[in-house]
Amino acid sequence: MSLYGPLGVSTSGLKTDAGLAVLARGLTKRFSEFTAVDAVDFDIHLGEAFGFLGPNGAGKTSTMRMIACLSPISGGTLQVLGMDPMHDGAQIRSRIGLVPQDDTLDLELTVRDNLYLYGRYFGLPKKLLRERVDQLLEFARLTERADERVDPLSGGMRRRLTIARALVSSPDLVILDEPTTGLDPQARHMLWDRLYRLKREGVTLVITTHYMDEAEQLCDRLVVMDAGRIAAEGSPRELIEKWSTREVVELRFEPEGHEIHGERLADLAERVEVLPDRLLLYTDEGDATLDAVRSRGAPPIAALVRRSTLEDVFLHLTGRSLVD
Amino acid sequence: MTSAAASPAVAVDTPRPNRIPGAFRAYGYNFLAYKRTWRGSLTTTFLYPVLYLAAIGIGLGHLINNGPRRSVDGVIYLWFLAPGLLAGTAMQIGANESTFPVMAGIKWLKTYFAMLATPLEVTDVLYGHFLWILTRVALASGVFLAVMAAFHTVPSLWAVAAFPSAVLTGAAFAAPVMAFSATRETDQSFVVLYRFGIVPLFLFSGTFFPIAQLPGWLQLVARCTPLYQGVTLCRGLVLGRPGGWVAAGHAGYLLVMLVGGVLAARATYRHRLVQ
Repeated sequence: MSLYGPLGVSTSGLKTDAGLAVLARGLTKRFSEFTAVDAVDFDIHLGEAFGFLGPNGAGKTSTMRMIACLSPISGGTLQVLGMDPMHDGAQIRSRIGLVPQDDTLDLELTVRDNLYLYGRYFGLPKKLLRERVDQLLEFARLTERADERVDPLSGGMRRRLTIARALVSSPDLVILDEPTTGLDPQARHMLWDRLYRLKREGVTLVITTHYMDEAEQLCDRLVVMDAGRIAAEGSPRELIEKWSTREVVELRFEPEGHEIHGERLADLAERVEVLPDRLLLYTDEGDATLDAVRSRGAPPIAALVRRSTLEDVFLHLTGRSLVD
Repeated sequence: MTSAAASPAVAVDTPRPNRIPGAFRAYGYNFLAYKRTWRGSLTTTFLYPVLYLAAIGIGLGHLINNGPRRSVDGVIYLWFLAPGLLAGTAMQIGANESTFPVMAGIKWLKTYFAMLATPLEVTDVLYGHFLWILTRVALASGVFLAVMAAFHTVPSLWAVAAFPSAVLTGAAFAAPVMAFSATRETDQSFVVLYRFGIVPLFLFSGTFFPIAQLPGWLQLVARCTPLYQGVTLCRGLVLGRPGGWVAAGHAGYLLVMLVGGVLAARATYRHRLVQ
């Protein structure tokens, strides 16, 4: 079932046009003294899945809110779907579906009512809306709970409902702010599956997340944000190639000994990272490096060779200190 | 990255959504929500007027009517009390619906934020909710007037005009209270508002007894309170002595309060909802 009709084209027929969904130059957001987003540049193309990664407080949500025309920009240029959020906010929002970080569902109302009412905010005609609501219930696998109140639903179901609700107006651009935070693995995979389907239908997705596997799975391109700035940009593969090595050797020694071992083995890898519980050696040839480690004596208690992931890039770029 | 000059996405030629339907779209939320939960408000809307009129109007009224003065303000006590309670009830509904439901829209259910992610604007959210509060006040006032008629306390046809007067009283309270509620972080402030605002007003604005019973300086205070305007306006109309320019003064007072409240609410809503 396609939510956008047989051709996977939205009602406004814009999916096939080349162009940008979002254009940002020097985009800035300030809250009195605090600069949440500090002069960032990025382009989001129509039809792509674009990710914003970053620790808490990096400026992801502020950026999302500006794109969704919920928060006025403090500086720079922003165009969304070719329009200016300052002047065409309502018109832009009529073509955007927003999945906010906190659900804004009405817990007292039924699943169906939540979808229906949201569609009414867009001014959709009642008859069309009733059909769409049925389709969306199917899409979110909530048909059986349609006439129950939202209150007793699980977190995963509520998230699916929020996503379904964001699709009620057949948006050209769907903005998802941490769509799977707090969900169990099954619920996450189910949500990812739904998002894949949207992507296949040509919907532009903008996703913030701090789950690296989610970003790797879903995003064609992404930026890593840190302290209001963009630290890196590219496809997941490009980022790993640019900012990390092909492989990583993880070593575990006696507790307290990781500092010393880190210095001792530093010349065996391009980069060594000392964590409280293990040592990471960044190298292109993991097995060879591990052999070299073993040939030096004092073998590790446990060792693992793995491919680099986006998480390595992320931690390298944004540091390992805890951000609250 | 393309340069800023490169052609961005295509703008689409859809008309800007209309402001007034926007408010009605937001109103639709409250209407549907009420359709699901109206049973909860049955007591406040329908039962309270009957209970008040029966207990105080008839019960206490019996004592007063058989006492040395025989009447209050030239009429039996029930006739005196009923229009005062009408205005007082309109105030209470107006204030009630502008406190906790506004907090729910901002913090508890975040329905306002759900609306703002759609083409609706802040003013749509505000006017939609305000229109809904007017509906609730109108419903309660209409029922109250019907109950009054059933108790034979509506001697004049002027009473028809008491209906918009009661709604105006409720609206005059609702608008500034909405403006206030949108600035609050917790519902604690509402308890204070009730304790030191709404309840004293309800008791001392000429609702239950003529303000001439109050000490001199308190009479002056009572005369200046907003509920006094509503009570006097409604009482005059229900008892068939509308009062000409004085009544227009009362209505003008309430209108100024309504308009000022709406302007204040526009500012506080924008400040709270757009950051």
